[in-house]
Amino acid sequence: MFHDISHASRQPCVSLLLDGKSIAVPAGYTVAAALLTQHRRHNRTSPVSGAPRGPFCLMGGCFECLVEIDGVSNRQACMVEVREGMNVCTQQGAGELTTDPETLSYEV
Amino acid sequence: MTCTDYLVVGGGMLGAAIGYGLARQNLGCTILDAHDRDFRAARGNFGLVWVQSKGADLAAYARWTRCSTELWPGFSSELEELTGIDLHYKRSGGVHFCLSDQALADRQAHLMKLAAASDGAFSYRMLDHRELLELEPELGPSVPGGSWSPHDGHVNPLYLLRALHAGFIRHGGNYQANRRVKTIEACNDGYRLVTEQGEIRARHLILAAGLDNARLAPMVGLKQPVYAQRGQILVSERVPKLLNHPSNYLRQTLEGTIQIGDSKESVGLDDGQSVHAMAKMARRACQIIPRLSQRRIVRGWGALRVLTADGYPVYEHGGNAWAFSSHSGVTLAAAHALKLSTMIRDQSLDADLQAFTANRF
Repeated sequence: MFHDISHASRQPCVSLLLDGKSIAVPAGYTVAAALLTQHRRHNRTSPVSGAPRGPFCLMGGCFECLVEIDGVSNRQACMVEVREGMNVCTQQGAGELTTDPETLSYEV
Repeated sequence: MTCTDYLVVGGGMLGAAIGYGLARQNLGCTILDAHDRDFRAARGNFGLVWVQSKGADLAAYARWTRCSTELWPGFSSELEELTGIDLHYKRSGGVHFCLSDQALADRQAHLMKLAAASDGAFSYRMLDHRELLELEPELGPSVPGGSWSPHDGHVNPLYLLRALHAGFIRHGGNYQANRRVKTIEACNDGYRLVTEQGEIRARHLILAAGLDNARLAPMVGLKQPVYAQRGQILVSERVPKLLNHPSNYLRQTLEGTIQIGDSKESVGLDDGQSVHAMAKMARRACQIIPRLSQRRIVRGWGALRVLTADGYPVYEHGGNAWAFSSHSGVTLAAAHALKLSTMIRDQSLDADLQAFTANRF
């Protein structure tokens, strides 16, 4: 569906986990671009209707490409660059909130 | 020059509700609206349909507020059936969070006063931390308590405004945008208005132009002493269910976003934003619902409340002209549409609403 017309494909690759499966994409790609190389039709479901959603504007405006990255929900895949060892998961609805007090950043 | 029987100046929450109510009675009505970039309280609203805390010092206002919230369920169904727009209205009861022991004690005194003046028509319950935790399981440990009232609810205010406009047009109303009113003068059979796009005549005139009422009302001998108070709102990304009830500080929309509000700033006619107020609202929200701190804010805005010196509405009537200002456009939308519009038709303000005239200042 997509092929790379930039020079990025000549870059060294980084590997990341996508829903538990290891994939290799050129360094400098965004997570959204990495998703597109996998011919994924969607990366999340809408929290309102449950309908599937995929990357759309690719420039941070539409919030359609939300995924969970390294345990944090609702990250904009098009605004985050891939990193070696990154753990990317597709997201169901509004995503999970942690109940672990250690991860609550706010002091109450 | 065009002519209309009833002319409403202002297409915001008051003007649209009154216009809807007039058109619904098959009265010929035109709404003149100004510009998208004007100060528009109706488009910056939080969306509470709220009774608790309103009218402790003015029983007529408490009654008018309760009257409107009683009308709201039927009003909401009527608008939804007519326009096909789901208002996301829910009368779930509402919570008022108190963030200190002092605030909790003050709250109790305030609601006791309100209940005493209501002849048993106002119900509420004070809640300690443990009781509040049962209603709102995500409550933070440092919140000492709050109050709860079954009268309260919330609505999506933008869908409400859209439905009022759509309903107005469905009932034969004539809506005209980008027509700021420059001058008004009385003429033999009513009023002549000079607008940016030509003149218009009306037999009956209703001023509901928000902050601009202060300028327009004196042109027809009425008083609208209103001033601007800025409120800001923050909106989080969509999150799983964190709140069961709307509250004074935050509410969760049907789509899952958390709306955070209730800042108050006196900054004149500046509807921008300030980091100071935003930080305070965000801190407060995270104190109430700690897990909110895991998520991001995706939108925010400032808007100007239309306030009077005592915070209560100001309703004026003289000749065939009326002028209405109120901060509670959403809560009062049902009463404005279904009750006030018939008083306008009958040319007589109910005795109870005489308490809102400007001679109290």
